[in-house]
Amino acid sequence: MRFTRETALGAAMVAPSILALLIFVYGFIAWSGRVSLSNWRGLTPNYEWAGFSNYTNLFSDQRFYIDVRNTVIFTVLFVGGSLLLGLTLAILLDQRLSGESFFRSLFLFPMAISFIVTGVVWRWLMNPAPGSRMTGLNLLFDRLGLDFLINQWHATPQWGIAAIAIPAIWQMSGYTMALYLGGLRSISDDLREAARMDGASEIQIYRHIILPLLSPITLSAMIILGHISLKVFDLIVAIAGKQLPLDVPAIYMWTTTFDGQFYSRGATIGILLLLSVAVLVIPYLAYTMRTEAEI
Amino acid sequence: MILSRSRYWLYLPLGLMTVFYLLPLYIMLSTGFKSFAEVDLQSMWTLPTGLHFENFREAYVQLAPSLVNSLRLVVPAAIISAILGSLNGYVLAKWKFPGADIIFPFILFGMFIPYQSILIPLVQFMRAIDLYGGIPGLVLTHVIYGLPITTLTFRNYYATVPNELIEAARVDGAGMLRTYWNVLLPLSIPSFVVVLIWQFTSAWNDFLFAVVLTNPQNWPITVALNNMAGSQIIAWNVQMAGAFLAAVPTLLVYIFLGRYFLRGLMAGALKG
Repeated sequence: MRFTRETALGAAMVAPSILALLIFVYGFIAWSGRVSLSNWRGLTPNYEWAGFSNYTNLFSDQRFYIDVRNTVIFTVLFVGGSLLLGLTLAILLDQRLSGESFFRSLFLFPMAISFIVTGVVWRWLMNPAPGSRMTGLNLLFDRLGLDFLINQWHATPQWGIAAIAIPAIWQMSGYTMALYLGGLRSISDDLREAARMDGASEIQIYRHIILPLLSPITLSAMIILGHISLKVFDLIVAIAGKQLPLDVPAIYMWTTTFDGQFYSRGATIGILLLLSVAVLVIPYLAYTMRTEAEI
Repeated sequence: MILSRSRYWLYLPLGLMTVFYLLPLYIMLSTGFKSFAEVDLQSMWTLPTGLHFENFREAYVQLAPSLVNSLRLVVPAAIISAILGSLNGYVLAKWKFPGADIIFPFILFGMFIPYQSILIPLVQFMRAIDLYGGIPGLVLTHVIYGLPITTLTFRNYYATVPNELIEAARVDGAGMLRTYWNVLLPLSIPSFVVVLIWQFTSAWNDFLFAVVLTNPQNWPITVALNNMAGSQIIAWNVQMAGAFLAAVPTLLVYIFLGRYFLRGLMAGALKG
């Protein structure tokens, strides 16, 4: 690569974008980092040095433990559920049934709408009201004689966060289906045919040939969904508002910063969220860039 | 596939999943079309007796200003993002300056960060440049944080354009900008559709930036809808109709341009 007049022009063309990202991503992260090391509490900025006290305080904060626990439960159920459902749907659709494109579009449409819309609708579907005030899915279960399914949804003590995973899976499983279906379609029929010749059953073919070939897709999907899960915010707010049993770091950051004016703590939570996402995403980016360079 | 008639049972799980995916849509629409008199939480699952529009009218009266705000947000945000993404993608794919390949992953990282980690500086910055509270500040925010994905989409597309095409344009005396304008830009119309749809959808559906950066008279639809759903005064049937109104624009885009929507989704997983 050499610096010609044209590469210089190219560099000048991307310079505004790069500068903007330098400021809005890296500069702002550094700025947040600085706020997290300050005593800023209240409306006026206060950059008085506080060392890591915000971090140590957060680690001994009961609410933060609830947040971490909720995030872990939500992530496991949401990522696991979306992968499982997405894979199942992709395998079903890979059988070249008629109506395939209809089902594909149907399973993907929730991706086009916002978590807020999803949340507003599911908050009524998952209404926990008991007895004569029963409504939503509980009412449907009651009418269908499926009483054992009636539950308190997100109002369930301790495990309310698990219910939030249901609308999240509803919204994102179409995405994993599309990723898996793309993967399945890239596996040649010859490979399956050869396995059949060797006497492998359909289930064995999936178990020993197809699933291992899909594992890079599983990894991508886990990282994409995982980082969405760590950031989950609007869905919970739309379903249940801001309540402690369903608290997650993103909501804590929001309430403590903008309702409580505890800026240094808000920045601390933001930085910790960033670190947790970075652990997932940076190796993934490095891996993607390397494989791209090899091609 | 050799399996023949026995495959019909596959429609059973597909049918069940269809019910699962359509339930929220059914509840939104059936509730929306009920008359005020029919609306009752205990008869949530019954069909409306006719097509009534009271709920939609009521929701529209409540939400119209924020629908307009959303439009004022997404149209410029999508267009500016697409133009910048296209120029960046062109340079990063075809006119790599020294260090371009090192910068690229740093650009991409921007699309994964949790925005909570930049929210406080963002608010301070917008206040300082006097863009806090209104739509222009929100447009700027969406354009900047949209740069990684739009640049990625265009870069991946332009990388597939053969270099011979650019060489040929060069031989004809076209410089870098003319080559872009005459050769690459016309070729990349489908990518423009992908990026425009993507940015339209993500700006329309965004809640976090909107709730932090705008004041009530500039609230986009997501914030207004969430506020409506949280209030005790507005009936749930109106909320359902409102949710539907908020979903219509992106749903229409999905129904008519679904193919491009899917390509945008796949670009987000990096492996376009």
